[in-house]
Amino acid sequence: MTASNFDATSLVAQYRLMRRLRRFEERTEELLDAGEIRAHAHLYIGEEAVAVGVAATLVPRDVITSTHRGHGHILAKGGDPMRMFAELMGREAGYNKGRGGSMHIADLELGIFGANGIVGAGAPMACGAARMFKNRGEPYVAVPFFGDGAMNQGVLLESLNVAAVWDIPVVFVCENNRYAITSPIADMARGSLADRAAAFGLEAETADGMDVNAVNAAAARLVARARAGEGAGFLECLTYRFEAHNTALRSADPRTAAEIAHWRERDPLTIAAQRLDDTDGWGATDRADLDAEVDVEIEDAIARARACALPGAETARDHMYAQTYPGFPAGVSE
Amino acid sequence: MTREISFVEALNEALLQEMARDPSVLVLGENIRGQGRGEMRGLQDAYGDDRVIDMPISEAAMTGIATGAALAGGRPVVHYQISSLIFPSFDQLVDQAAKLPLMLGGQGHVATTYLVMGCGANGGRAGQHSDNPYPYLIHAGIKSVMPATPADAKGLTITAIREDDPVAVFVPVRLMGSRGPVEEAANAIPLAKGKVRREGRDVTVVAVGHLVHDALASAEALAAEGIEIEIWDPRSLLPLDREGLAASVAKTGRAVLLDDSHRSCGFAAEVASIIGETCFGDLKAPVKRVTRADVTIPFGEQLEAEVLPDRRRLESAVRAVLAWS
Repeated sequence: MTASNFDATSLVAQYRLMRRLRRFEERTEELLDAGEIRAHAHLYIGEEAVAVGVAATLVPRDVITSTHRGHGHILAKGGDPMRMFAELMGREAGYNKGRGGSMHIADLELGIFGANGIVGAGAPMACGAARMFKNRGEPYVAVPFFGDGAMNQGVLLESLNVAAVWDIPVVFVCENNRYAITSPIADMARGSLADRAAAFGLEAETADGMDVNAVNAAAARLVARARAGEGAGFLECLTYRFEAHNTALRSADPRTAAEIAHWRERDPLTIAAQRLDDTDGWGATDRADLDAEVDVEIEDAIARARACALPGAETARDHMYAQTYPGFPAGVSE
Repeated sequence: MTREISFVEALNEALLQEMARDPSVLVLGENIRGQGRGEMRGLQDAYGDDRVIDMPISEAAMTGIATGAALAGGRPVVHYQISSLIFPSFDQLVDQAAKLPLMLGGQGHVATTYLVMGCGANGGRAGQHSDNPYPYLIHAGIKSVMPATPADAKGLTITAIREDDPVAVFVPVRLMGSRGPVEEAANAIPLAKGKVRREGRDVTVVAVGHLVHDALASAEALAAEGIEIEIWDPRSLLPLDREGLAASVAKTGRAVLLDDSHRSCGFAAEVASIIGETCFGDLKAPVKRVTRADVTIPFGEQLEAEVLPDRRRLESAVRAVLAWS
């Protein structure tokens, strides 16, 4: 089940993984609406080709940092859907023992340094990991994912510069979904985002973010280059989210139905499915079987997550520090 | 063996020794090569520019890079040339490094050290170069120490580097050139252990950083009047040595808090609360605070002096708590 992206070089594996991302998010939305998951989530639906196309170029020891819209990146890097659902449901068996929730899921063993609730904040952490890889002579890369909105965040621009001057193995992946929350990119940035990265001295490319093969090909070039010690890269993926910024803002989505419909015609799953169906020896029936398998896998993950225990309230102050002292950290009324 | 060395030499020695002991220790800082005060002396020559990294002027990225390096197995020390440089880094300090351990549910550690140089006012450095910003980081849950002697500077920095959590070492600007006895061996000083700097029966003076020395000078003057103050240096601001504090207040029954951070929500406010909550039965007088005023530090000499805690106001506060009946 957790196997994954690492052998996902074939289109079948990539389609299957995208399907897992899609189904995970569809069920997350339903579980939120049913009250089984607290608060809200930022759904990755529509952007699956980016995470899957990039992650297929990575190995387990490679590092990623993710965003508030992180479920897709984590699944693509090999994250276990059961432990992710358990985290969303606040269970002790969740990735973060119920301390993180949607915006903080991490798996350090899989090189996932975490989703992040602050736009652009993961980029310098990826640079820190890459600097360690370079210092230790290890053949790994770090990939910070972020959106177009983050391209106006100072710490991210600082990170682009550092990556360039240090020649560290980082490939920045910008998911340009055209909106910073609800604000259209035309009002937020002038010119090409990839050009900004190029101006810092990074090898920059732009790819069709709805086509997993296109993303994968561009990512493969930049990742191979970075892994070989030839310097940092930047990949802008032109993509679109089909849902609102998050589930709490569904009634405040300023985008027109026509615009969303236009992009849905380029659904990354449809594009991959079509290509799959055109492949010799594959047909729509095989794909339907595969879809059904993924559905079963996700339902199984949900059922197992539901069965997990909640953390005890007396553990609420645990993990704040690796090393604690008497009376520290302080509680509410002592 | 103990020798007399300066405060920055003690910091330098701590860095050199920890880098020798543990190859995962690295240093990130701006202006490393041109940095003339001495705490970085010889580091790049000894350990190379992979472990002693000269940063672009990008404090936020520098701080986040340290977090990422820590998650990837490093033990980075981030060098801020002046205390105000933690402000451009604020998100990476308080919303990232400080919160990650709990949010990760114990998956990993963030073993970072923040060496915050040049804390406090030092004669006309004005609004943006005179801060003592420890309450901000304490409030965010970042372990924080402020050494008052070269020996403590070395011992607490060693502890900060070895601790598996983010730890900020606030270096008082007025003490950076001061000298004192320091052991050559790398002896760590534990967190949450305060120190009685002078014993006395009448009033406990809790003094932080450079103010320990002002309090020691005032103790001499007050002794001539027959007043014996006990000077307690918390050293570790978070976690705080509550037992050491309570023991001193229990002995004297009176407390004056001498702290050069803002009065409102400053460090002294927290210490006063703890004394009120845990030592009420021992108190013979209300707790008094002598702090920095709640204003930006002005440039002019008399203006600056007016808003900083000083010996005159300390001694007056001591007399006031003694006069209480």
